[in-house]
Amino acid sequence: MTVTASIFSTFGDALDFIVQPRTGRGGGEVGGLSNNLQLIWEHLKLCIVAMALATAIALPIGLWLGHTRRGAFLAVSVSNIGRAVPAIALLFVFFAFLGAGFANVALALTLLAIPPILTNAYVGVREVDPDAVDAARGVGMTGLQILRRVEFPLAVGLIFGGIRTSAVNVVATATIAPLAGVVTLGDPIINPSIYGEEGRLGGAILVALLAVLTEVSLAAVQRAVTPRGLRMQSSGRTPRGRLIASPRRRVTTTP
Amino acid sequence: MIAAALLAQSDNGFFRERTDSCVTDNGFCPGWFFGHIDRYTTPFLQHVFLVVVSVGIGFAIAFVLAVTAHRRRWLVGPVTNITGILYTLPSVALFFLLLPITGRGNVTAIIALTGYTLLILFRNTLAGLDSVPEDARDAGRGMGLTERQLLWRVELPLALPAIMAGLRIATTTTVGLAALAFFAGAGGLGEPLEAQKAFKTNVVFAGGLCVLLAVVLDAIILIVQRFMTPWTRAA
Repeated sequence: MTVTASIFSTFGDALDFIVQPRTGRGGGEVGGLSNNLQLIWEHLKLCIVAMALATAIALPIGLWLGHTRRGAFLAVSVSNIGRAVPAIALLFVFFAFLGAGFANVALALTLLAIPPILTNAYVGVREVDPDAVDAARGVGMTGLQILRRVEFPLAVGLIFGGIRTSAVNVVATATIAPLAGVVTLGDPIINPSIYGEEGRLGGAILVALLAVLTEVSLAAVQRAVTPRGLRMQSSGRTPRGRLIASPRRRVTTTP
Repeated sequence: MIAAALLAQSDNGFFRERTDSCVTDNGFCPGWFFGHIDRYTTPFLQHVFLVVVSVGIGFAIAFVLAVTAHRRRWLVGPVTNITGILYTLPSVALFFLLLPITGRGNVTAIIALTGYTLLILFRNTLAGLDSVPEDARDAGRGMGLTERQLLWRVELPLALPAIMAGLRIATTTTVGLAALAFFAGAGGLGEPLEAQKAFKTNVVFAGGLCVLLAVVLDAIILIVQRFMTPWTRAA
């Protein structure tokens, strides 16, 4: 009974931290809506820069590999290696070799975000019905026109699924950015000596909400950008961009 | 003597030799790593423990859920949504959300890591079961198999490649996430990694050990799969 009560009061203190400012153990003011919004903004800034860079790099490569139907090995290797390297190791390798700071952390997150975008773009374009591509070629479209007008629209759901996967992953990983000297929403979690235990839990709640919000809103965008005729198919999201051996859903043939 | 001991303690148990110029200059020194490999053995074993236990429990749960949902389709939506939310929560946040309830240590880390495996394992197991050709099912029924026999003798063997693919993805993912388990007080390779995060040799080799572990576990599952599906090798 007392255990339950203490758990409730712990979470209550954390919620209090989110809305009520207080003096931190280091002296400055911490907590409260405006301070936390500032942290959320820093967090998002880092994620937006990393995602923009990663999309600019990975999307053209993935689209081109899928269009030419070459480089299956490259696309799969990038996805496998990306999965095997822990995000925190990537962050610290950048930190140790390049030093602390926004740019270096953003680069580490960019590298983290590339594999799902690249792999999904590759798979999405490659899986486009070859008949549709043949028809486009038959009416005299060039390679670039086919990519832009046929393959891209048909694959856009899957392509956006990769971006969404990366974005959620980047939002999650930006939580540990304070370990490499960039203050994000992870700061209250990582530095309880300043924010206190209630700050740590409050930060965890905010980070969790931010990640879920990112996922939900990007899922809505993904649905919106997917051509209407394709919406009934699978969401096209592979968990964190990892290639799942996904046999096509069997068409039920029971009489 | 006392100073050295204090220094060693204050450095989280990691004491850099002042005589080695490569180390003091923060170069990349493989020699240092192989000379101090014993500092990584305990974290490495903790890491293996966390991954094996979490994936094991996760597989048991996801397997039961998938087999159930395979017959009762209405379960697919809710299970996918709940495991999807679990998957979306950042692991660092989940560790600290669980901390007031389960306390510091292995339990918290294992609950969180298990949660992350569920979506991948559930989806792949279900996709594997769904991909079994109706003809194979019919043949089984024609031989007089009951639904239970059909599941164990026809559907699961045919679904094995997809199930194992899910297991491989879940395992490599968990190796990466377990590097954050030190936040929950469960050790793992993240601990030495973070303890000297500015020391190049340390970050490269501690990170390298994570990658090595992921690759080795992946290979083990692949080999097990080969032995379990002898019919795929004949083709």
